[in-house]
Amino acid sequence: MAKFHKALTTHEVSHVAHLARLGLSKEDLEKFQKQLSQIIEFVDELENVDTKGIEPTSQVTGLENVFREDEIKPSLSQEVVLSNAPRKHNGYFVVDAIFNQ
Amino acid sequence: MLVDLSIYELSDGLRRKKFSAKDIVKECYEHIERFNPTVNAFITIRDKDTVLKEAEEKDKNITFDSPILYGLPYILKDSYNTKGLRTTAASNILRSYIPPYNATVYQKLLDVGAILIGKTNMDAWGHGASSENTDFGPVKNPWDISRVAGGSSGGNAAAIATRMAVFGIGEDTGGSIRNPSSWCNTTGLKVSYGRVSRYGCIAYVSSFDTMGPMAKTVQDCANILEVIAGKDPYDGTSSPKSVPKYSDHLTNPVKNITLGMPRECFGEGLDSEIRKLIYDAAKEYEKLGITIKEISMPMLQYGVPVYYVIGTSETSTNLARYDGIRYGQGRDKFSKETMRRIMLGTYALSSGYYDAYYKKAQQGRTLFIKEYHKALSECDAILMPVEPMPATKLGELINNPIQNMLADIYTCQTPVGVPSLALPCGFTKDHLPVGMQIVGKMFDESLLLQLGYAYQKVTDWHKKSITL
Repeated sequence: MAKFHKALTTHEVSHVAHLARLGLSKEDLEKFQKQLSQIIEFVDELENVDTKGIEPTSQVTGLENVFREDEIKPSLSQEVVLSNAPRKHNGYFVVDAIFNQ
Repeated sequence: MLVDLSIYELSDGLRRKKFSAKDIVKECYEHIERFNPTVNAFITIRDKDTVLKEAEEKDKNITFDSPILYGLPYILKDSYNTKGLRTTAASNILRSYIPPYNATVYQKLLDVGAILIGKTNMDAWGHGASSENTDFGPVKNPWDISRVAGGSSGGNAAAIATRMAVFGIGEDTGGSIRNPSSWCNTTGLKVSYGRVSRYGCIAYVSSFDTMGPMAKTVQDCANILEVIAGKDPYDGTSSPKSVPKYSDHLTNPVKNITLGMPRECFGEGLDSEIRKLIYDAAKEYEKLGITIKEISMPMLQYGVPVYYVIGTSETSTNLARYDGIRYGQGRDKFSKETMRRIMLGTYALSSGYYDAYYKKAQQGRTLFIKEYHKALSECDAILMPVEPMPATKLGELINNPIQNMLADIYTCQTPVGVPSLALPCGFTKDHLPVGMQIVGKMFDESLLLQLGYAYQKVTDWHKKSITL
């Protein structure tokens, strides 16, 4: 198990922001570094809970393998699906190129 | 005033033609015009003339067999997708998003002929306990406009308190229905996870999110819940359990019921006036023949960290879909509070920290569930405060991330999935409303509603209205 960190470095905050695709200003980075460190310190309280051999819980429905019939049903039209897209072309979403950078 | 009447009375009056749906709708718009500029409960108000026409249509077609919510004006938290009507989740990201489909809860209300009058303000994506984390201006508490309405479903509570609608539909992930209900003197039910379909409600924490009624009374909540609850093929986590006719069981005797009061909830950190008001409520319950029992839930102190680590982890993945490509604006439009939550979640899920944070919190969740199981085997339901303090001043929570988290201290049993009813139990010396909550076993909404109904029969806190 990784060791609990008491404080995040600005480098770590910048790495996490990159993973989450959030662009942060230098000012934001410093502010978040302080705030996130405080929050991490707070949730580190969990360290005091003995969880040895305890199964993790990811959901509480008590349901398993919820299936439905594999039937073809009407769906949204291409036009409707594209209706909120900021940029579209010939029935496609337009995205920035990623290979030529 | 018509909007002061219960759903049952309004529905009965409509059938007997004592008044019309149009009359009720008109009254709601009068209140919106009068109070909304001050409290800012709405993000989108539907065009009055269009809604009045819908009401006329309902008046023409109503019969004695019409569903109970037929012709009644209501509001939706702006997290519910409404086809053709903008849905923002209170974020600039979705400021001009027009959903191409309906949330199941909205579809069900359309089907029974309820009339939507608007979409209400909230903390963006459900991220907050004060309805200040919104790109549409904070919601103000109608009881004291220098204070917040609570959150994240704050617009609903503020609108119901000022009678801008007959009822509302909120969403509760860590207290978002109960917190504003208690701070605005309204009644709200956080249902068992899976009781009501989540389909089409913009997700905050998928494994905690619950959709539920907000209204003036417990009886109204029962009338609403029996319409919106049930299995939905579009939500695999919705429960196949049959839906009781909650309103038929409200008057069931509550004698011989035991209410547990966890001593950990009434110690340090709880406002002394709130403590006293909840003890008073316990005394009322004793008069009704209910046994009050002190119980112990030492795990409660870990509730916020468990809730917060899992919550931010899930929200960081849920909000990853906002890429500004298919719909909505780019990620730079997230608010600071939301960015903080996304980053904490991303951190907790990232390589090297997953076991220490996410998995650890999931194990804590298991222990938390056991704690509630044990407590609810010693009593039938648990009586607790909703909030450690009355409504905070504007700016207090939004500028203090840790305080903002701690506002959820009594309402973060959402990882357990159990239902909880929040209802008014008095006022502080400064005339600020105080609520209490009754937490029950999974799918035991019936008992919670019976207990709430019995209390509202012998008290009149829920009838106190506002002098703005």
